[in-house]
Amino acid sequence: LFWSGSTVAATMAEWSGLHSSTSRHTMDKSITLPPDEIFRNLENAKRFAIDIGGSLTKLAYYSTVQHKVAKVRSFDHATKATSDELYEISVQEEVTARLHFIKFENAYIETCLDFVRDHLVNTDTKVIKATGGGAHKFKELIERKLGLRVDKEDEMTCLIKGCNFVLRNIPHEAFVYAKHADSEFRFQTTQPDIFPYLLVNIGSGVSIVKVESEDKFERIGGSSIGGGTFWGLGALLTKTKRFDELLQLASKGQHTSVDMLVKDIYGGSYGSLGLTGDLIASSFGKSATADKGFPKEDMAKSLLHMISNDIGQLACLYAKLHNLSRVYFGGFFIRGHPVTMHTITYSINFFTKGEVQALFLRHEGYLGAIGAFLKGAEEDNPNQYSWGENYAGSSGLMSVSPDMNPMQRARSGTFDMLEMDRLERKLVNLPLLQDASSYIPDTVDLAEDALAREYWLYCFEEALDGVVKRALASQPDMPEAAERAEKFRQKYRHKLQTLRHQPFAYGSLTVRSLLDTREHCLNEFNFPDPYSKIKQRENDMALKYYQKVVKSLEELSWEERQFALIRGVLAGNVFDWGAKAVSDVLESEPEFGFEQAKRKLEERPWLVDSYDQWFERLKGPPHKCALFFVDNSGLDIILGVMPFVRELLSRGTEVVLASNSAPALNDVTNGELQILTESIAAMDPVIQAGLREDRLTLVQSGSSSPCLDLSRLDKVLAMVVRERKTDLVIIEGMGRAIHTNYYAMLSCESLKMAVIKNSWLADRLGGKLFSVVFKYEVPAAGHDSEALTPP
Amino acid sequence: MKLLAVIETSAPLSSLYHIMPSFPWFGMDIGGTLVKLVYFEPKDITAEEEQEEVENLKSIRRYLTSNTAYGKTGIRDVHLELQDLTLCGRTGNLHFIRFPTHDLPAFLQMGRNKHFSSLHTTLCATGGGAYKFESDFRTMADLQLHKLDELDCLIRGVLYIDSVVSSGPSECYYFENPTDPDRCIQKPYTLENPYPLLLVNIGSGVSILAVYSETNYKRVTGTSLGGGTFLGLCCLLTGCSTFEEALEMASQGESTRVDKLVRDIYGGNYERFGLPGWAVASSFGNMMSKDKRESVSKEDLARATLVTITNNIGSITRMCALNENIERVVFVGNFLRVNTLSMKLLAYAMDYWSKGQLKALFLQHEGYFGAVGALLELLHPA
Repeated sequence: LFWSGSTVAATMAEWSGLHSSTSRHTMDKSITLPPDEIFRNLENAKRFAIDIGGSLTKLAYYSTVQHKVAKVRSFDHATKATSDELYEISVQEEVTARLHFIKFENAYIETCLDFVRDHLVNTDTKVIKATGGGAHKFKELIERKLGLRVDKEDEMTCLIKGCNFVLRNIPHEAFVYAKHADSEFRFQTTQPDIFPYLLVNIGSGVSIVKVESEDKFERIGGSSIGGGTFWGLGALLTKTKRFDELLQLASKGQHTSVDMLVKDIYGGSYGSLGLTGDLIASSFGKSATADKGFPKEDMAKSLLHMISNDIGQLACLYAKLHNLSRVYFGGFFIRGHPVTMHTITYSINFFTKGEVQALFLRHEGYLGAIGAFLKGAEEDNPNQYSWGENYAGSSGLMSVSPDMNPMQRARSGTFDMLEMDRLERKLVNLPLLQDASSYIPDTVDLAEDALAREYWLYCFEEALDGVVKRALASQPDMPEAAERAEKFRQKYRHKLQTLRHQPFAYGSLTVRSLLDTREHCLNEFNFPDPYSKIKQRENDMALKYYQKVVKSLEELSWEERQFALIRGVLAGNVFDWGAKAVSDVLESEPEFGFEQAKRKLEERPWLVDSYDQWFERLKGPPHKCALFFVDNSGLDIILGVMPFVRELLSRGTEVVLASNSAPALNDVTNGELQILTESIAAMDPVIQAGLREDRLTLVQSGSSSPCLDLSRLDKVLAMVVRERKTDLVIIEGMGRAIHTNYYAMLSCESLKMAVIKNSWLADRLGGKLFSVVFKYEVPAAGHDSEALTPP
Repeated sequence: MKLLAVIETSAPLSSLYHIMPSFPWFGMDIGGTLVKLVYFEPKDITAEEEQEEVENLKSIRRYLTSNTAYGKTGIRDVHLELQDLTLCGRTGNLHFIRFPTHDLPAFLQMGRNKHFSSLHTTLCATGGGAYKFESDFRTMADLQLHKLDELDCLIRGVLYIDSVVSSGPSECYYFENPTDPDRCIQKPYTLENPYPLLLVNIGSGVSILAVYSETNYKRVTGTSLGGGTFLGLCCLLTGCSTFEEALEMASQGESTRVDKLVRDIYGGNYERFGLPGWAVASSFGNMMSKDKRESVSKEDLARATLVTITNNIGSITRMCALNENIERVVFVGNFLRVNTLSMKLLAYAMDYWSKGQLKALFLQHEGYFGAVGALLELLHPA
């Protein structure tokens, strides 16, 4: 391939011809990853930062992205008379903020700067923040090429700023590396408080930094034995010049021929101290007495162990002295190299006997650039927002690993990207989580469960054609939609392929991450809401039945009604375009009705059935306030959820309906729910009173996923939950209550309801298609009171 | 905990020897690189005794005391000899002898030639080699080793030697003004009330012990970057073959050509973190560059290796001292033999980085304490 095979000189010569219009066409063909897919959205870029390391350059910029969003708006009454539809759907342009980070080899710096300059328009940027050892060396070049003044920032400050940023904004940023485990990468859950931590940065030397808060950090120590020692000493010993090659040599070597082990001195182990025979007693201890030369590989391996062990030991001593248990490792010595992550992990385990875990970061290489960027963007106050990793625009972890996927390496070995979108809402933990620090949203980690991974990757691949079709159908009037839909297909298929080989690329691989990635890819190609029309049709249809459903419920006895309400929610939940089994049925039988759905439902006892306990609870005093995370639009929300909400309100329970902030599949969005609720209120005095008296509140969840991460919810939602002293959380649907949150422990009563609409999953859970999960949980005593105390 | 181990290992011995053991009196420490041997030469032998003394014993005594070198590699450190020492009621001189561990077969052959086994003595030995070579002692020289824990012996030896040396140069010393090369001088130190004490033994590898009393101590940690690493790397980098050669080269080299200093990166001090410009930022860091690799001398490389290993031991030690809350550090082990460079570096590092809180102490008999401890075990089973 173009980027991998040719020499740098040839590559640059070819690329420099890129901008002339005559060669562009041919260039695009030969470059698998064209530059406009690397330096994306440069037209709208501002605020540049650059981090130039020993071999890699990281460029950062901020851009405003204009993309389409689906909006709903009520028809006013005048027009409504002439239309069957309750609301109109419009696609609007919205401007959001995005951070771009691009990593490439220093050899390409000049070409990249040229490209940036040629595509930079309308920017009022005057300075570029720079950090890293190479910032000085390339200062003149940058200033000349870009015409921007280079403003240098302290390396360590940038590093820490960047580290805080990724730890706060990217779930699954940190991981533990376990070479011989089923999944090498064990991602850590986001901690509510990221401080304090220790950052061990292994560059040419080692810096050990204690970070106590956003602005308070201290270099508490360091060592001169670091990556430079490995590289420099390694080059002397093995005549191998490149760092990567040295690591490769090391991974093939045997250190036991060079090192003096405990068993070389003792003949076996040193039992009374518990030192095993294989332990290194003296690094390079055998090379003094042997007359023979040593294989390069063996010396490199010995050197690697010596340096890793030494750094690990010092890190442990500092962690112990400062009583810190979170220790992150970074720097070029670590940077995505399985070999060094393994030796450092081994060393930390050895010296702390497992008390401290070595943690690594997925975006470690970008920390300096992120920090430098943040320094320059302080007036935009990026830290006041929440940001989210854009899976569509980010390369993912280890795309450069030589062992993983040779194709992948050849393609993107040169360029690696990270994109982060500014979220419109600040995201926080649900205050009702029993223990936020141990909360894991996802039920199954597909990286560890090979069978499940196999199935779901297959499932999403199979469903792709349908999604493309649906996306296309949602924009019938746009001629270029076909092209975009095809690009979407390629992008998402490629993501699925990447994840097949590198399940760890974007953190823990879960059904949620697969769904979210799909949403990101759809948005990337301007399909903001492929289901908008379907949702609209179903909503309109369902509204027509609302009063009839309510009336028939009213006719039941109290006991019968309670059960019918639950069956109603479950029957509504059968309607789900996100589930393959159902979308097939919906596609073929559009008249598939609510009553039919009820007949599809499993009879009691359900697969998970705590209805009796719930029923007993209903006989007791009403709940103060129920928080209801709703799922699908159409029959689900209107005929299933709303009658249930109505009953809760009648009981004297306040209700907070939490719905998605932006579209995902056929899930009802906050915008849609506003309109739906108003039109239901027009028919139903109970709902109307609820709204009027502020006992029924609609809030957005802050999410645009078919699943639910209770640790990243809209700040307003969290506030409302606290204010209203919420004592019941209801989570509905497969995405929110089974793929995620099935095991979530809440500090108040909770109800998790879902119909299993996937036969594989049903099989796994020991049920069958349309099995019901009805999980009513009451926390162990002692939790409910403390959870609602403001922090 | 440690105390128990001592009692266990010595139990069979004390039941065998209720009275003074028969001559010759040896203590042996077989390390990864060097064998250390201490020999007590009785000087108060009566005429009667002399008559009874078997020829083999006489021959061994004469051989050891009349030579200062044995074979190609055995050496007696005459300057360390302790005279007029009273041990177990006997007066005599204590001799300190060393030879490379790889020459142990030659030593065993000599023992066989001199019919050492006919003396029915117990050979108290410590160090890993006491375990590794136990069967060789038995098969090649018909000798039964009494194996002892090396850390028990080390501590016993240190405390004993420090207590008996009264004349001549002080056993324990330190460097005054360690941060000022012009005024840095060696000064005697009295190791009274020595506890708690951090004892750093730098042999092929390094062990760091926190010592609270003669019998109460723990091994805090260790590092594989020790004397063996210095010599091993020097041999690979410079082609030298002995410790003395490596040290000689190091004394003539300049490590700043090999190491990357803070000032090489920041142009001066790194004020933000209080790092002085002269501090090493990356050991061997300049060797990442091909040009610089081609311009350094072997002497520079030897010096950089010495500085790297020494400073690393210094920082690990300093961290241990902080974690254990101990202010006095005694460095021992043969890495420090004739190695004033490293001792001064350690003294400097301890003082500078602890802002004067930590004191680095050294002992004249740096590498022999394990062997002395083994000898003491023969005479006074703990």
